[in-house]
Amino acid sequence: MRNLCHIFSRELGGYFATPVAYVFLVIFLGMAGAFTFYLGNFFDRGQADLSSFFVFHPWLYLILIPALSMRLWAEERKSGTIELFLTLPISIAEAVLGKFLAAWAFTGIALALTFPIWITVNLLGSPDNGVILAGYIGSLLMAGGYLAIGAAVSAATKNQVIAFVVAAALCFIFTVSGSPIVLNFFSGWAPQAIVEVVASFSFVAHFNAITRGVIDGRDIVYFGTLIAVFLFANAAIVDLKKSS
Amino acid sequence: MSEMLSVRNLSKRFGAIQAVDNVSFTVKRGEVLGFLGPNGAGKSTTMKMITGFLAPTAGTAIVCDHDVTRDPVAVKSKIGYLPEGAPAYPDMTPQAFLSFVGGIRGYSGAKKQARIERAAHLLHLEGVMQRPIDTLSKGFKRRVGLAQAILHDPEVLILDEPTDGLDPNQKHEVRTLISNLAKDKAVIISTHILEEVDAVCTRAMIISQGRVVVDGTPDELAARSRYHNAVSIVLKAQVMHKVDEQVRKLPIVAGTEQIQGEDGLACLVAFAHGGQPIIAEISQIARDPANQVEEVRVERGRLDEVFRTVTEGRS
Repeated sequence: MRNLCHIFSRELGGYFATPVAYVFLVIFLGMAGAFTFYLGNFFDRGQADLSSFFVFHPWLYLILIPALSMRLWAEERKSGTIELFLTLPISIAEAVLGKFLAAWAFTGIALALTFPIWITVNLLGSPDNGVILAGYIGSLLMAGGYLAIGAAVSAATKNQVIAFVVAAALCFIFTVSGSPIVLNFFSGWAPQAIVEVVASFSFVAHFNAITRGVIDGRDIVYFGTLIAVFLFANAAIVDLKKSS
Repeated sequence: MSEMLSVRNLSKRFGAIQAVDNVSFTVKRGEVLGFLGPNGAGKSTTMKMITGFLAPTAGTAIVCDHDVTRDPVAVKSKIGYLPEGAPAYPDMTPQAFLSFVGGIRGYSGAKKQARIERAAHLLHLEGVMQRPIDTLSKGFKRRVGLAQAILHDPEVLILDEPTDGLDPNQKHEVRTLISNLAKDKAVIISTHILEEVDAVCTRAMIISQGRVVVDGTPDELAARSRYHNAVSIVLKAQVMHKVDEQVRKLPIVAGTEQIQGEDGLACLVAFAHGGQPIIAEISQIARDPANQVEEVRVERGRLDEVFRTVTEGRS
């Protein structure tokens, strides 16, 4: 636990020691705002809610989270610091969790910095703040899912470009798995049950369910399980690389 | 417990390449073991397996009674390790970096700061503690890596090319530091600078193609040289042939080598059969005033020659 804290704070501090943090925050906030107001027609809708803000989060994360996660392990492997890091007296679980939690906390900070839009909607009308809170929780959970996928991919390579592209592709599949682009691939030959299972993997479906203001246990379990599975894969890949 | 590190039948295979092949040795407290060998001989791979970074294909390493394949975290807490190339987080300052490592090593507060200051003092890092590591020179980066390795005063110190990239003064200081630290530790250093073996090591191992080909004290290594107990005679060039003939007649001399020098001087090297001492016989010839001998010295043996002989054609 003590080691986890040290790794977490070093990693989180690492974002702010470089321009990565500031570039990421500015782009994230800028794009989130632009999507909400222009594509989402925040004002024209005339509704006091943030659904036009949250609806673009999966697509925003699809680009930005792999950019954040690609360096988690690939950069250490490239620069050789991984040898230093993994010969410190820490367990692989601590290393994997510390890195993941720091990246997740960083996206949490980015998400928290969108608070002006929450103030705006409260000034313009009287939204249901419970629904908005649910939206933020759902968005954070979804970001965790994207990050866990990206972290596992990053552990498998020392090339950050590969880590980005593969993670973005995997995240895309998870994002759109409820839509025809993926379902049509299965529906031709697979039984209906499998098609439904694939559809149930959709980030968007689970995220939308939460942003409606209903925090269903199944959606929480879905994201929790997804994060756990990919972090486990991450640890397995790190361990596997030891014996390669 | 004098035996602090025990490597048992360690092997590592990367696909078709046998990088380390059944290597066994032990290192006792107070010993400084020098790992020698051509590039790619398996020195770094062996170190990576002892420190738990790579998993061995077969065999294991026991560090202070902990098995690295069973309890890697316990082993890692006993070891101070400088990986090849002295990697460190480039965006951090040495202060922040050492603070992170110190935290993981279980120190906090004033005790941690005292540890950091001690390591910084030993490696003369005081002036750069607040500068990002990627702005530091190669020599400073190497010393930051060393500071990280000795921070917790480990019982076993494993240093992969600790003096690479240092200037001669810094090399000397780091060697002195290692010798001072070595008194109550077991130390392994890898190097391809042979003079380093004489300077710091109490024992040397030459590794070639993943196997230990020589293991002994630096003197024992030197004794394997053709030059061990050979005698060099510095003399006037015009008498070279005459002296050479006299020396060759001695039954104890295996052969000679003539080296032309400057200012009308030359050097004649007489090799001994099986490295036996021949100075007594040679000095009788040298004492003859007609031979105009300027200097006679006994060779100890040349490590670079031993190194070449045992690794040649193997890598």
